[in-house]
Amino acid sequence: MAEALKDRSMVLQKEMLANYFARLEQAPEKGEPVVYTFVPGNLVELIRSFDALPVLPEINALQSGMRKLSGDYIMEAERSGHSEDVCTYVKCDIGMMRNGNLGPSGKKLPKPDLLLLSYTGCYTFMKWFELLREEYDCPTVMFHVPYQGDGVLEPEHREYMIRQLREQVIPALEKATGRAYDEEKLKERLRLSAQAEDDLVAVLQAGKQRPSPIDGYFGAVYYVGPIFSAFRGTQEGVDYYRALREEVEERAAEGLGPVTPDGPLNDQRYRLVVEGPPNWTSFRDFWKMFSDEGAVVVASTYTKVGGTYDFGFRHDPNDPLGTMADYCSGCYTNLNLPARIEMLARYVKEYEADGFLINSVKSCNSFSAGQLMILREVEKRTGIPGAFIESDLVDPRYFSAANIKNRLESYFQMIDARRRGKSA
Amino acid sequence: MSVVVGIDLGSTTTKAIILGENQEVLGRGITNSRSNYDLAAAVSRTEALINARFGQVRKKAEENSSVAAVDKLRRAFILEQMLHQLRRLEQLMLEEVAKSAPPGLKAPFAVALQEICRRIAELEEQRFKQPPILRSDFFRDAAGSAFMKFAEEIGDPAGVSFDRLVGIYDKCIIRVENEPLDLDFRDHIGSALARIGSPPALAEAVHYAVAMDLTPAWTVGTGYGRARLPFPKEQIRSEILCHGLGAHAMFPDTRTVLDIGGQDTKAIQIDDQGIVTSFQMNDRCAAGCGRYLGYIADEMNLGLHELGPLAEQSRRSVKINSTCTVFAGAELRERLGLGEKREDILAGLHRAIILRAMSLLARSGGVDDQFTFTGGVAKNPAAVRALRELVGENYGERTLNISPDSIYTGALGAAIFASRMMN
Amino acid sequence: MVRETFGSDEQQEGPTRAAVVDWARDVYDDLDFTAVRRWLEANPGRKAGGYLPVYVPREVLHATGFLPVGIHGAGDRLEIIRGDAFYQSYICHLPRSIIELAQSGRLDMLSAVLFPSTCDVIRNLSGMWKLLYPDIYVRYIDVPQTPDPAAGADFWEGELRRLLHDLALVSGHQATDQDLRETIRVYNEMRDMIRTLYRVRQERPWDVPTEELYVLLRAGEVVPPEEFIAQARRYLGAVEAEPRRPRDNSRVIVVGAFCEQPPLGLIKSIERAGCYIVDDDFILGNRFLANDVSLTGDPVRALAEAFVHNDMRTSVLYEGDPRGKKQLMAQRVAAANADGIIFATPSFCDPALLDQPMLRTGAEQAGIPCIAFKYAENTGQFQQFREQAGTFADSIKLWGVV
Repeated sequence: MAEALKDRSMVLQKEMLANYFARLEQAPEKGEPVVYTFVPGNLVELIRSFDALPVLPEINALQSGMRKLSGDYIMEAERSGHSEDVCTYVKCDIGMMRNGNLGPSGKKLPKPDLLLLSYTGCYTFMKWFELLREEYDCPTVMFHVPYQGDGVLEPEHREYMIRQLREQVIPALEKATGRAYDEEKLKERLRLSAQAEDDLVAVLQAGKQRPSPIDGYFGAVYYVGPIFSAFRGTQEGVDYYRALREEVEERAAEGLGPVTPDGPLNDQRYRLVVEGPPNWTSFRDFWKMFSDEGAVVVASTYTKVGGTYDFGFRHDPNDPLGTMADYCSGCYTNLNLPARIEMLARYVKEYEADGFLINSVKSCNSFSAGQLMILREVEKRTGIPGAFIESDLVDPRYFSAANIKNRLESYFQMIDARRRGKSA
Repeated sequence: MSVVVGIDLGSTTTKAIILGENQEVLGRGITNSRSNYDLAAAVSRTEALINARFGQVRKKAEENSSVAAVDKLRRAFILEQMLHQLRRLEQLMLEEVAKSAPPGLKAPFAVALQEICRRIAELEEQRFKQPPILRSDFFRDAAGSAFMKFAEEIGDPAGVSFDRLVGIYDKCIIRVENEPLDLDFRDHIGSALARIGSPPALAEAVHYAVAMDLTPAWTVGTGYGRARLPFPKEQIRSEILCHGLGAHAMFPDTRTVLDIGGQDTKAIQIDDQGIVTSFQMNDRCAAGCGRYLGYIADEMNLGLHELGPLAEQSRRSVKINSTCTVFAGAELRERLGLGEKREDILAGLHRAIILRAMSLLARSGGVDDQFTFTGGVAKNPAAVRALRELVGENYGERTLNISPDSIYTGALGAAIFASRMMN
Repeated sequence: MVRETFGSDEQQEGPTRAAVVDWARDVYDDLDFTAVRRWLEANPGRKAGGYLPVYVPREVLHATGFLPVGIHGAGDRLEIIRGDAFYQSYICHLPRSIIELAQSGRLDMLSAVLFPSTCDVIRNLSGMWKLLYPDIYVRYIDVPQTPDPAAGADFWEGELRRLLHDLALVSGHQATDQDLRETIRVYNEMRDMIRTLYRVRQERPWDVPTEELYVLLRAGEVVPPEEFIAQARRYLGAVEAEPRRPRDNSRVIVVGAFCEQPPLGLIKSIERAGCYIVDDDFILGNRFLANDVSLTGDPVRALAEAFVHNDMRTSVLYEGDPRGKKQLMAQRVAAANADGIIFATPSFCDPALLDQPMLRTGAEQAGIPCIAFKYAENTGQFQQFREQAGTFADSIKLWGVV
């Protein structure tokens, strides 16, 4: 396959990540404390305010997937007793650890000084860090983010979270880093977060335009990378999102579509909304199946797993602990099913989509359980048909290109036929 | 005449349909799928053309009442095709022996092969005279089983053993299958006619059929597999859309279509124009598909076509909880070991298969009137009965459509797309 | 309905034991929840409230006048047609049969359904239920996962009060402190009864076969606690009155079956293969609070405190102690005086399957023999379980515990 095309922001992001992994490799030597945590509910500003470095095992796993390393890691984990039925991110992580804990960029990842178990939106997270705790024998702090069962963040739940931050998480960070909590530093970082969030939202909402200058799913996973990980609340992050926004606005002004690895997508025949995480092991091939048909994704729910910013939420430096609670609660996988359906239906309408698609991922019950109902409900509310395909996060055995292509092509032809009111 | 062709490359069989100017079906062709997609498509198209020409022969024959002779002619034609392929197979095998057999065995090997082929030809001639009721017309199937049988009879464990014979066969049959051969109507109708004594009335009809110009004006292909279909992109339509449209053509009032194929199951909802409005597929796991029944048939040493009738004899269905093909054999053996009757287990298995189809139907939007059932499993009476029961229980009265030509549904849809593209 | 006799060489069952087991078995088998319906009919205005596994504080239902009804799926007794339309193949079987029960009208007598924080499947099912049955009160219940008892108790007290408030609106009955204390007293007694049953089984498993204990506990999930207590008392009385002969069976604990339940045939297969099940985590919710809830002070607070101090260790709760998972199996085996562990987990069950490597490693490091297999609530073939359990029991007897 030809060398993948990248736009400026992708190159910039790759550099940022490479530098960060290099820094992580040096962290034990330089005495920089390292805190492992999760993307949904990641308290990056807080971690960074202690001058500690966050590591996100989910991102390591997906990077391993994109680099085709995950298959072996998963089998290694299964050989050591893990079930085929469970989350492949976890297995990939365990396998990676057993192979010298070399991160996706080939550099050794530092051991955690603290496992910040942000228990947000996913049951498996709890087990993941219980398992890592056994491997690393390091301090662990549980931060329980209650689920929005009734579709709102209840005041008592907010209180509960704030209390845990004050009484559990902050003391744990103080102990692990040997530094005192500095609320001013935290506020400063929250301010930077809000700035970057403004730009990110502008970028994501550019998908409303015709043609769309972004791909809101495949392209957007690159866009949300920095803000869902080590770079939110940093000047680097602010700079990145400023640059990204300019790049997207430039394209929009020229009426251009997004840059895909196989070329720009200017001739956009189908506008889609996508629900579910992407497949990482065949990421490029998967994207190509869309772009080959002229399908651009204008909005997705996956790009809200690390925080939902496009309905008004911004980190608020004036209420540091409260705002972090609000942020965590609003992460996509912490929203109840009716709210998810609402979001999808709203995207379909506001982004003027021709169709929507659910990528049902075997590993992730949090996303997948109930998606068949989501499919029917969104169809009912929007009147447009939905596509349903099945794959996995990072287990290459569960991605069948032929099956998926068949379903996608059928779906696109179906939309065509409906548009013209007769056969295609 | 302006005709169009629709070709459906399936996992087990490749089908072709030829439509005339008024979208009437002129011919149907089917062959076993093979790794060379181009060839599979070509052979199925050839078969469809042959079928079309035979259709013409029959029409003409009706005028001078020699219809009975047409069937005989057709069988003679098939025999000629078989013999032609057999000769080619023999040729290839002899070449292979000359090239690669150990020196001491070359001569007896060649003799053995020639004898086997002679016996196969004799068997085919015998069959022509007294046709068996159920039999596959595919060369691969007929030749294969006959070869095994005679190789067993002739094979000498000390010399040209059964294994050696089968080895050569396996090597060469693939080549025969994947090289273009002259199997067209015009190639063999002459000798077929001669074989049955060239009755003049029939000869006239044949002459007419040979002269017909059936050059396809347009072709649309469908089906899916790992490699690209052998058609340009604008001539390919998704098999789901083709299936929906084909079902609509067969049953204009149908709104829900269920297709249980060899390896996948599709539930399709269509509108009054035959356009698909929603679909669900179960293609990752073959549980509940034709292949599963194949395993069961193997386990029980029965022919696939015997499963349904046997299941129909059940008076007490056994509840089977899983249709996993991996465990099919084990579950079956355990049940038999527990003293359950074969027909009861089979009845339970058929119900389990249909239950899986029911959930797929529910996911795709339910079962709307009229309901069409296609695919190989639709020929299975026990499956049909289970389906009728479950649909009735869960959705109420539904007209159930089953066509004996349902295996051509996809190809028909493709041909209709081709026809619409012409206009 | 064919009920198999226990064994030809066993003593004749006294009328009371058989009567209890028969009663329990009928209730267990009944997918129409007739017992619940009869209770409702006896007094108009009564309400029934359902709950899913694993743990829901039934006290809040009882105190507001509801009959708490455990919804544990339909096992192998219901053909799933509609349920499968809601779930992909890689999700466990339990939610399918629950939806099937609901969609076929068998749960239409419930006015409320509570969904505990067991896993993401049950969590998401709560949202689906809201859409499918908008007129039913539905609440997802997050139990506190923070290891800090003070914060946990405050949070949990808030949740309990919220439930009491909401459920009172549905039933029309506000729970007074007296109601609450009375409820707590009854459930303390029920838990005590269950503990006693488990203790007697642990001491004399030949007298309390798990296939009998299990159906008794399952029946207890759908009848008023008072009725369960009475039946359990009768059963224990019969156990004392008519003891049975012990067999040379291996003593095992069964771990992993706390949510989707194994079919009764599986439990029987394990016992008939030569094992005494001396401890298990079947329907764990009925004994989730290890100690009595205090009857002094504010009852809601007491209930909340009881939960955070209950030292119940299971896959659906965060383990705050880093050595906790590794030590757990050794502790349970020692407490039950068992010889080995059978890890029996439902296919696709995240909590059980993700925990297993940690639990098993700990067990093996402590030299405890283990086997593991997966089941589904509708597994129909038990041959393989019989063989595995039988081989396991034999190997324990031959080579013993290290």
